[in-house]
Amino acid sequence: MRWPSRRIGLLVGGAFLALFIVVPFIGLHVPWVLPGTLDIVNSTGTLEVLALCFMFAGVAVGYDMMFGYTGLMSLGPVLFFATGTYVFDIALTRWEWALLPALLLTLGVSLALAVVLGAVALRVHGIAFAMVTLAFAQAFYFLVESNPHNLTAGDTGLSLSYTRLPSFLSGAVSNTRNLYWIALAFLVIAYAVVWLVTESVTGRVFVAIRENERRLDVLGVRPFRFKLVSFVVSSLIATGGGVVYILVIGTAVPSVVASTTVTLSILIMVVLGGAGTRWGAVVGAMVYVYLQQYLDKVGAEPSFTRLPAVLRVPLSEPQFLLGAIFVLFVLFAPGGIASLVVRHRSRRALGAPALSSLIRKV
Amino acid sequence: MNIFLVLTFSGVALGAIYFLAASGLSLIYGLMDVLNFAHGLFMTLGAYAGYEVATRLPSSLGAPTLIVLAIIGATLGGGLAAGITELVLIRPLYGKPISQILITIGLDLAVVGLLMGGFGSTALQIPVPLWLIEPTHIGGVFIPNANFLAIGGGAVVLLGLEWFLSRTRYGIIIRAGVENREMVRALGIDVGRAFTLVFVIGGAMAGLAGILYTIVFTGDLVSPSQGDSLLIFAFIVVVIGGLGSIRGSAVAALVVALLQEYTSFYIGGHSGWAQIGDLSTVLLLAVVLELRPRGLFGRVA
Repeated sequence: MRWPSRRIGLLVGGAFLALFIVVPFIGLHVPWVLPGTLDIVNSTGTLEVLALCFMFAGVAVGYDMMFGYTGLMSLGPVLFFATGTYVFDIALTRWEWALLPALLLTLGVSLALAVVLGAVALRVHGIAFAMVTLAFAQAFYFLVESNPHNLTAGDTGLSLSYTRLPSFLSGAVSNTRNLYWIALAFLVIAYAVVWLVTESVTGRVFVAIRENERRLDVLGVRPFRFKLVSFVVSSLIATGGGVVYILVIGTAVPSVVASTTVTLSILIMVVLGGAGTRWGAVVGAMVYVYLQQYLDKVGAEPSFTRLPAVLRVPLSEPQFLLGAIFVLFVLFAPGGIASLVVRHRSRRALGAPALSSLIRKV
Repeated sequence: MNIFLVLTFSGVALGAIYFLAASGLSLIYGLMDVLNFAHGLFMTLGAYAGYEVATRLPSSLGAPTLIVLAIIGATLGGGLAAGITELVLIRPLYGKPISQILITIGLDLAVVGLLMGGFGSTALQIPVPLWLIEPTHIGGVFIPNANFLAIGGGAVVLLGLEWFLSRTRYGIIIRAGVENREMVRALGIDVGRAFTLVFVIGGAMAGLAGILYTIVFTGDLVSPSQGDSLLIFAFIVVVIGGLGSIRGSAVAALVVALLQEYTSFYIGGHSGWAQIGDLSTVLLLAVVLELRPRGLFGRVA
């Protein structure tokens, strides 16, 4: 299916990328859009929120390749995300390695883990696969929390030591914009990797696995290897996200970076944006992270405390609002934000997507 | 040896709670293919319903009456929450298993958020009678009485559930539906009603599990995300026992809980091994899946 709108997509994506690259130079004051101390576009707080948005967007697009394209509902992406934060953090902080060896070690550990755990988990299908990956991730969480050999610092959290990092990455506030660009670069790389893989023959096989795995088996294509590739590439991207996270935030705490909550957030981002569309996952993650931060700040505003409790309690809980929005999307717009945009456009043009979806309904 | 006996009692009590949580999950999955992420929420809601009953009713009723009413309230609360969930959120999504999973995830997130806003994220204390805190002297050791409450509750529900599933009309429909849903539908039986019923039963057992867990293991404290931490172990029990099997859940619940208690005491005492109890359950899951991917009592896929 060739999208007539592909060129439009490229233009919009390129325009946003150009805008985000120059954001750190824009000192505009934007009230309401960014509440509280975040209302200046290039303030440290805003740049940090945006860096988190980019980081999660990259991880989400990697997850979309596995979940949306290949149809593998892994509940273990947090394991690889936490591998990224912890191995990188431990190599730099505990062993005082230099940046490049630490990065290589992190990716190597993640690759080995992904191949082994993926091979074991992919022995089962569907829901059992989801549960097994969930259990592996939980085991990793217990491991990190138990502070083996005093490596992870357990619940206290392990702060990143900046001594071995190049000076442009040191913890100074003035370096926030460098971290911001690194997070943006990570998103671009993750997106490019997912784009290349999903547009290749391998990507076609991914979609075929999602649609009907048995048919592939009959055709003589072994789905297992392709599923493993999807799992491993997606996991490596999650690890990259973990590395960016620890650089931006500077502390790894098990309940924040290694718990199932992270997995569920990633899953929600992808579904909210529209699974199996790539850009939908990016939009979903940006919206999710932005709303989370925004609602948290708004809920603390003094004007809120004057509301009656029936309104104030739910409205000041970001978790409730995000959960409720997600429930509404699953019920009424299961294709996510992407489906709203595409449906809207195709109604005007009645292009190929609208026709094919009509045919499918008949 | 004495310690071993104490660990065994507390392991069986934990196993009873795992069974209450896991058997509902297993039935729901077996009948409807729904992996219910809101099951942890039903446990939490049960515990909060119990808290509300125990603290709102006049204390002149006496602590023993109050705790019995609280346990009944928790069971009803869990069942009610699950029934509403099935009718309002699961029913419109029949035939879309992934959407059903996603919606239970969203519901769990939203309502746990609401509980944090409404009750605060700090734990609340349920008043319990002195008897539950006191221990009983058995074989040279003191066993906390709360353990017996959980073990008794689990045993009663196991027997009741076995009776219901093998002797009543709806129980037989549910069992048949777990085996082959399409066949039951083809015979002209309304499976939809069985779906709601299974959710209500599962939710009620989850609510009971929630309040028993509070009484036996958290020092009578209720907190918004306590159910979600139990849910992981319930999932592990369901997969080890075999999806859709009640007996499988019962056996796996005992095995998992005892393993957890023993390893966390005998190995977890060494530094750096504190989480070995929790970790060992996951290792057991990996071993079972490697040797028997459908679980101990699972049907052939």
